[in-house]
Amino acid sequence: MYKLDKLIARFVIAFLAALSAQLACAQNTQGSVKFPGVGRNATPAEEMAWDIDVRPDFKGLPKGSGSVEQGQAIWESKCASCHGVFGESNEIFTPIAGGTTADDVKTGRVASLGDRKQPQRTTLMKVPTVSTLWDYIYRAMPWNAPRSLTPDDTYALVAFILSLGEIVPDDFVLSNTNIADVQKKMPNRNGMTRNHGFWSVNGKPDVNGSSCMTNCVKFVQIGSTLPDFARDAHGNIAEQNRLYGPYRGSDSTKPPLDKLPGSTGEGLAHAADTHVATTKGPAALFKSENCSACHAPNAKLVGPSIADIAAKYKGQGGAQERLMAKVKNGGSGVWGAIPMPPQSQLSDEDRATLVHWVLTGQ
Amino acid sequence: MEKPVNRARLVKAPEHFISQELIADINANGLDESRRGFLRKGFMSAVGGAAAGLVAPMAFAAGDGDPAILEKQEWQTTLGKNVATMPYGVPSIYEANLIRRESPGLTRVSASSVAFTPLQGLFGTITPNGLHFERHHQGWYNLNPETHRLMVNGMVKNARVFTMNDLMRLPSVSRTHFIECGANTGLEWGNVAVPTVQYTHGMLSCCEFTGVPLKVLLEECGADLKKGKFLLAEGGDGSGMTRTINLESCLDDTIVAWSMNGEMLRPENGFPLRLVVPGVQGVSWVKWLRRLEVGDMPWNTKDEAVHYIELMPDGMHRQYASIQECKSVITTPSGGQQLLDKGFYNVSGMAWSGRGKIKRVDVSFDGGNNWRTARLETPVLTKSITRFNIDWVWDGSPAILQSRAVDDTGYIQPSIKVLRDVRGNRSIYHNNAIQSWKLDSNGEVSNVQVG
Repeated sequence: MYKLDKLIARFVIAFLAALSAQLACAQNTQGSVKFPGVGRNATPAEEMAWDIDVRPDFKGLPKGSGSVEQGQAIWESKCASCHGVFGESNEIFTPIAGGTTADDVKTGRVASLGDRKQPQRTTLMKVPTVSTLWDYIYRAMPWNAPRSLTPDDTYALVAFILSLGEIVPDDFVLSNTNIADVQKKMPNRNGMTRNHGFWSVNGKPDVNGSSCMTNCVKFVQIGSTLPDFARDAHGNIAEQNRLYGPYRGSDSTKPPLDKLPGSTGEGLAHAADTHVATTKGPAALFKSENCSACHAPNAKLVGPSIADIAAKYKGQGGAQERLMAKVKNGGSGVWGAIPMPPQSQLSDEDRATLVHWVLTGQ
Repeated sequence: MEKPVNRARLVKAPEHFISQELIADINANGLDESRRGFLRKGFMSAVGGAAAGLVAPMAFAAGDGDPAILEKQEWQTTLGKNVATMPYGVPSIYEANLIRRESPGLTRVSASSVAFTPLQGLFGTITPNGLHFERHHQGWYNLNPETHRLMVNGMVKNARVFTMNDLMRLPSVSRTHFIECGANTGLEWGNVAVPTVQYTHGMLSCCEFTGVPLKVLLEECGADLKKGKFLLAEGGDGSGMTRTINLESCLDDTIVAWSMNGEMLRPENGFPLRLVVPGVQGVSWVKWLRRLEVGDMPWNTKDEAVHYIELMPDGMHRQYASIQECKSVITTPSGGQQLLDKGFYNVSGMAWSGRGKIKRVDVSFDGGNNWRTARLETPVLTKSITRFNIDWVWDGSPAILQSRAVDDTGYIQPSIKVLRDVRGNRSIYHNNAIQSWKLDSNGEVSNVQVG
């Protein structure tokens, strides 16, 4: 009897142990060594959803393909409004294409980075690996709608960009099977170095200062100052400092003082002069919602100027409603080839305020 | 019986003691001896509250004394506000000028831009959370901490997922470190470009961060730290910001952090989770951190292949230039500021090094010809801002103020000329040159480059 009890007890213990192991499995806590109950294992589907990075050895690159032609169509509808039809824009973001030559494709060094003949440094002048373009476009573009492109869209867009730089021909189809060959043609593939002291905390600095304490220089020469016309370029500096204390801000809306103010502070900007109530009107909304990225008050940028829009719709009945619909759904063809992307992030109220302001100035 | 009030008698309102012309004159030019002659004690008393900004900084009229002392102030004679009137406090209304600011024209779109910390008005070493600089690549969101996840994968035994509840149960550390954008002072590589220290050096902040050491987390997941020398940190924002971290160099002091200066991270600074990589440029401190992947090679992501690379004179780019070298700047006085008078000043500034502790700071008042050693405020922490102070009696003649920091590796902050001789002037990143502020005899300070 006693033996049987013991046997049963043994079974029960074994059963409980198995059960608890199963429970642990269900809770996904296996792998936890030091901190039981904290965190769980990722499921394969979860890893696949998030682990989208593509390395220079193309680890992580999904299968797919896309042609230059397909890329151009996507580019014009989704990318050109910020980057220009030919990737040339420096209005909003730095230019994508330009500054590379057929010779650079051969050498893997972009000559214009050294000879200073190119005023702007473009993406294609810099980027050494094609995986970088693929990874970033897939993860973060278009700018206002990231993660909305398919792998095939991404292949097509990368193909189009490469064709702008004449790295691949106009009839090229980029795919996961030929992307490594394209890599060998990147114009600046040999243009990066890690041979410097800033990658590691123990790295060796390339320059060092002087520890001289007295009579260190023959004469002090000022090589560069802020030009007078830029005095006001950052707004009124008086409003960017305390209005009390020993260090005040200069009133940069006015020329410098003739003499020291003295303890009375004569000639200094006063609170009453500098404190302007900050109203969050439509103009501020126009900036904060990034409308000003494409539309300037009087000059054509990517889109038409505010003045041009107001003039076009002047006196037209229903202009407010029609423009509000356009802002919401996007538009194309009215002011040129570059479409306006839909601004679905705006509330109806903000949209009404902004359109009213554009049309009436109020 | 109560004495009847004489309602027929007109009492002149205090502002009528002086003429409209004189009010306009004082508003435009301030008070001086001749204008002060018109003022009466009654006037000072009557306008004291409303025009505090105008009258308070002025010297008092000769006579009985300072109205700020002689007259009762509103806050001495009335009932103040209740506790918790502002349940999450905000600075005094008199501090309204010191805010984060964008540099006009620096970027076209504010969602991918920078807002600079007003270093000219700060004290000590800690950056108030509301003033910590911002730099976003695709706009910021208020992420929901309940649905935020951190995944650790790659060369680990078990790819694991942590909630905020999980992470905040783990043993945490709190350490004070500076964070500086690699492009801080980058506008000035070619020439002087901006007026104040807010815009020259304001992509710099220093806070106490709390979180779990990266090493603890990686070991918990069974990371292969022999072959896996690199870490990809990925953000949860639209840009999916990704940066390669050098594990050999950064494993020991990197923190997966949720707190900044005692409160949770602010949304603009990565709420609810960010990476803290002491000594390394800010872009690697990935905000809204959602994934860490251990790997055996660098990823060459967009922000380490197209940006945050240094163009050398021969056209070669330095890639993965991560460490922020020893640097310092005088913050008071600094560009755009105005001194009132000659005499004694405490000249103060900040020094920091991505390679360790600040050992010494020297200050020059004559454009780098002669130097004096400044006082360092304690504590002097590694990869953190150290405040320095030095006494100075200004005789009213023009001066050029500079500071030069030395760290405990023996590295001395270089001049802009020494830097340009090696790196040219077309780089954007890692400009740690000695900053020069020119003080004119009118008391105005401006940004200049010497040499």
